Formats: sequence, C-alpha cells, structure tokens
Amino acid sequence: MDNAVNFIFAAIFAGTPLLFGTLGEMLSEKAGCLNLGVEGMMWVGAFAGFFAAFKTGSAMLSILAAFGAAALCAAIYAFLTVTLRANQNVTGLTLTTFGIGLSLVLGNMMCQTNGGAPNLSAAFTTKIAPLNLPLLSDLPVVGKPLFSLYPLTYIAIALCIAAALFYKKTRTGLSVRAVGENPAAADAAGVNVSAVKYASVILGGGICGIGGAFMSLITANGAWMPAGIVNGFGWIAVALVIFVRWKPLLAVLGALSFGVFQSMRYYIPDSVLSIPNAFYQMLPFVLTLVVLVVTSIRKSSRTGEPGAIGVNYYREER
Amino acid sequence: MKDIIHITKRPERSALSSLGLIAAALALAVVAGGVFIALMGANPFEVYATILKGAFVGSKRNPLSAIQSTVILFVPLLIVSLGLSLAFKMRFWNIGGEGQMIFGAIFATFFALNYSHLPHIVLVILMFIASIIGGGLWGLIPALFKVKWGVNETLFTLMMNYVALYTIEFLQAGPWQRTQGFASVGSFEANVRLAQVGGVHVGWILALLLTVLVAVYMSRAKQGYEIAVVGESQATARYAGMDVKKVVLRTMFISGAICGVAGMVQIAGTDYTLSTGLTGGVGFSGITVAWLAKLNPFAVAVIAALFSILEKGSKTIPVDVMSSEASRVLQGILLFVFLGAEFFRCYAIKLRLPPKKSASAAQEGEEQTDG
Repeated sequence: MDNAVNFIFAAIFAGTPLLFGTLGEMLSEKAGCLNLGVEGMMWVGAFAGFFAAFKTGSAMLSILAAFGAAALCAAIYAFLTVTLRANQNVTGLTLTTFGIGLSLVLGNMMCQTNGGAPNLSAAFTTKIAPLNLPLLSDLPVVGKPLFSLYPLTYIAIALCIAAALFYKKTRTGLSVRAVGENPAAADAAGVNVSAVKYASVILGGGICGIGGAFMSLITANGAWMPAGIVNGFGWIAVALVIFVRWKPLLAVLGALSFGVFQSMRYYIPDSVLSIPNAFYQMLPFVLTLVVLVVTSIRKSSRTGEPGAIGVNYYREER
Repeated sequence: MKDIIHITKRPERSALSSLGLIAAALALAVVAGGVFIALMGANPFEVYATILKGAFVGSKRNPLSAIQSTVILFVPLLIVSLGLSLAFKMRFWNIGGEGQMIFGAIFATFFALNYSHLPHIVLVILMFIASIIGGGLWGLIPALFKVKWGVNETLFTLMMNYVALYTIEFLQAGPWQRTQGFASVGSFEANVRLAQVGGVHVGWILALLLTVLVAVYMSRAKQGYEIAVVGESQATARYAGMDVKKVVLRTMFISGAICGVAGMVQIAGTDYTLSTGLTGGVGFSGITVAWLAKLNPFAVAVIAALFSILEKGSKTIPVDVMSSEASRVLQGILLFVFLGAEFFRCYAIKLRLPPKKSASAAQEGEEQTDG
C-alpha cells in the first residue's frame, strides 16, 4: 500500500513540470502558434529560476524570474512568427537550440564565478517543499498523494482549471479559440489577431519556464545539474498537448499518466511485469502517435486541434 | 494608429539586392553574437578568432586534425539536410530526420553485427542498402498517415524520433547487447569500418556526391519537378495529372532514405557502434540548415559547413572563458536574424501617413532592416 502511495506521489512529482510545459504549449497552440521551442524555454526557465533562487533566496522571485526569462524567449518567437511572419517550425526549433545553449552558457558562467556548481540553501528548499494541507493531508491513503504536494503542483493544477474556464466561459477565451481556429474570421469579427497571438505565446512561454524551474529547483534536489534536468521533457510536453486533445483539464490527467509512465519502471516489480526499460520511455510517444492518428481519422467530429495550427496569418491574403 | 504601418508583398529582389540583404543579416548576426559574447564577459574578437582557429588549425603533430574533425561533423549534417530539403520542397514538414537517421543506422547495424565476416565491400554495400531501406521506411510511415488520413506530419515525425531513439536503447540493453550488464552493442569489427580518405572516412565523398545528385534530381529530373509542383499547390499538381499521393510517398521515402544513409555513415565511419548519441542532433539542425539554404543543395553544403565550423571551433573555447555550448547560442542568433531578414526579402513596409498628406509619401521598409 505504502508503495502504491509513493508511486502516485512520484508520478505527480514527475508530471508537474510536464503539466506546466503542456499548459504553456497549449496556450500557444490555442492561438494557432505551434511553438517547438518548449524544450528551450524550459531550459531557460530552469536556469533563471535557479539563478534567482541562488542569488536572492526568494521563492517568489525565483518563479518570477523563470516565468519572465522564458516569456522573453517566447516574445522572440512571437515577434518573428507573428510580426515578421517567419516559419513557425524553424523558429521554434531555433528557440530550442538557443534556449538550451543560453542556459548552459549562463550556467557555466555561474559555476565559474562561484567556483564550482552552486547548491541552493536548505532554507530555500523548505520554502518550496511539499505543503501539507491541514487535516486533509492526514487522511489515510489519499492524504499524501492528493493533499501533501508541492505548492507548484497546486499552482499548475489551478492554472489548468483557470485556463479551462477561460476558454469555455469567457468571451475573450472564445476570441482566442477563434484566432486558432480561423484567424480570418476572427479578424473580420473585430478580434485583434496579432495581440491575441502575442499574449498567448508569451504567457504560454512563461508557464513553460516555470516547469523548467520546477526541475532545476526541485527535481535536481537543489544542485545545478545542467545535463540531466530538462532533458526532453519539453518534447514530451509537445506530445502531451496532442495526447490531451488541447483540453486544459484533461492535461492534468494526461500529465499524471505521463508521470506514471516516467516512474512506473521504479515501482512495478519485474515479477509483475517485465518489459525493457526503453519501452516505458517510449510509451508516451507511441501513445501520442496513436492519439494523433485517431484524432485525424475522426477529423469530422470536433477533436480539439486548432484548425489553423502552425499556419501564419496574413491579413492581405485573407 | 494601427494602420499607419502597412505591409505589402514586394516584387522579388534582384540578385544583388538579395545578396546585400544576406550580407547585412550576416553582419548583424556577427555583431549580435559579439554583443552576447561581450555580455558574458569575454572578448568577442578573441572568441571569434578562437572559433576559427579551432575549426581549422590542428595540433603540431597533425596540422590537419582540426579540419578533419570539422569534416566529421559536416558529413552527417550535410547528408541529413539534403534529405530534409527534398521533403521541405514538397512542403512536407519532415521533423523526423533524427529518427530516420537512427533507423538507417539500426538497419545497417544488423549487418555490421551479424555479417562482419563478409568481404568489406560487400558488407558496406549491404549496410548502405539496409540504411536506405531503414531510413526510407521510417520516413514512409508518416507519409502514409498523411496521405491516408491527413495526420499532421510535423507532430507525427517529431514523435517518431523518440520512438526510434528508445528503440536503440532497447536494442543496446536487449537483443544486441554485447556484454551482460552493460547497455552497448559493442564496438564494430575492423572489417565493418569505412575506409579513410584524407584522414576522414569516405562518407565525405559520398556526401559531396549526394549534394550533386540531389541538385540534379531537384532541378533536372521529372520527379524533382513533381516535388516542386506538389509543394507549390497540390491542386495544381492534381490538375496537371500528377498522382499527388504517389509523389508524397516516394519523396518521403527518398528523404528518409538519405537521412538513413547519414546514420550508416556515422556509425560505420565515426562511432563504430550503435548508440543513442549517434545523430548529434543533426536531424534538428538539418532543418534549420535546409531552411537557411532555401533548399538549394549547394547552399545547403555551404551552410552545413558554416554550422560545423561554428560547432567544432566552439569546442576549443576554454571553459573559463565561455562554455563551448555558446555555439548553440550563436547558431540561434544567426537563425533568428535570418528568420527576421526573410521578411524584408518578401515584404515592404509602407508608412501610411495621416490622411492630410497623400499616400505617395510612403517609405520603403528596407532602411529599417539595418536597425
């Protein structure tokens, strides 16, 4: 039983940065911008969050720095693809290259000036440690996996709920979806297409950055370990957006299940299920492929994929 | 306020004007990269000099060693970029160069491990064909889904990269594991390894040959023409009586096959084993190379060389000056600038002044590129 509880906790732990990345990318894609720079933005967020935490010891500043730095990167993407109409795929991939490089170069500089890889203080680590919700966390079984999580996990879930309400219930949310679905129609209806795209991409990028910070601050145990932190999670997030069919609430479950795939191999004994490690890691991508195909086959029914995804909008070619 | 700036398509630039724009963008990228280096507390001139020296000037014992290492990076990048160019010409977003390269390598490895007793030339030809089939099939799968159900190829090929990557991990720790407890297929036997010409495996000759072949294929062959038409407009292609599905499938097979060959060349020429690091990310950087080169095979060769010089040279930057990963940042800056410059190649910005004055007071947008 204890093992099962730990397993779920581990899955949520692995799923949290994915949830940030997924939600961030989803915001961008909802406005029709397929930003393949998630991985890069997460790296940048990872460094910025760590650096701010190391220098100031403030959890708030750390998260703000991660958000801000990644949002700035997303702004480059927005400027190039929305204003200068550059190709989305190439721009996104470039952002990934750039972001990883920037994070590594700055990280190296931080280590050089510090004379070795820095560690976050114990005082800081406790600030972002799991939060036991009063009473609820004492509940048997569900107490630990549901009510004793990292504050950032709660924030991620809250953001998803907020996003779901925003897209479903508000007029502005409808406008954003219209931009992703059919920008010409949205434009004709008086929506400022560029503004919506900028806002969605930048906000989404910032959220991806927080996901990166989660990994450098928490997953890496307070030490700066550039090699292993983000390491492909950005790409899994891109996959997850498809997997949850562009639905913010489903993203919570999706991130949890991808977290399960990530941690499953440590918790399922070989005697129960013995499959090679590589297949566990392959699973998220295979499932995403399946979802991608199934949603395409059922294209006639509404699947959630924004109609104008990956396509830039030129008003004069309307 | 909003409508003061008006963007219009501009007539195609003359060759000279295009060249000027490229030169301006290049200069801007170098300056912006220099500013970045300076911000990192290093001397931009020294760092740029180190990069150039590091890419070309070898050790005393072997003066060619640096160039050889640069060429070793250049070969797979060039081959993959060529392969991707074919798909991009068709407006098929093949982001799966990594996976196709890996599957080419996997298929080739099968022969490297099991048939290493065959005569060298026979074995190499077998591996070559195997890599074509492996990479080609891996490229064909997303194309099949695309033509059958319209599955988004960008996302599909992207996901397939990781399936391929973990297939290697599976093989390393499973059926092809050499030593118990150690996830590796082991080192290839000498008979498998490609011969060297000028201190670098023969792959470089193959890469240059492929450049010419792809150029001829794209500009002279009927199939190359079909690719271009399908890329321009599928409706036009259909109207002209082309079998669009067939063109898409065939081209993606070829695109994947070329990437697969890059995988075979890498494992038999450089790595001498099958490992997850075999691509070195060229499946991704090849996308940017192909794009920068505007899908012109000869330009692809030039840009791939430039990227390789940047990457190899950056490795020689002393770690206390700057991380060698600076090459990624510089590459990113270069691409950002060129992505932006592309806009000024195709569009003109006209300033519409308030209605009192005539609209003829419009101003060419060109001057703003320098800023």
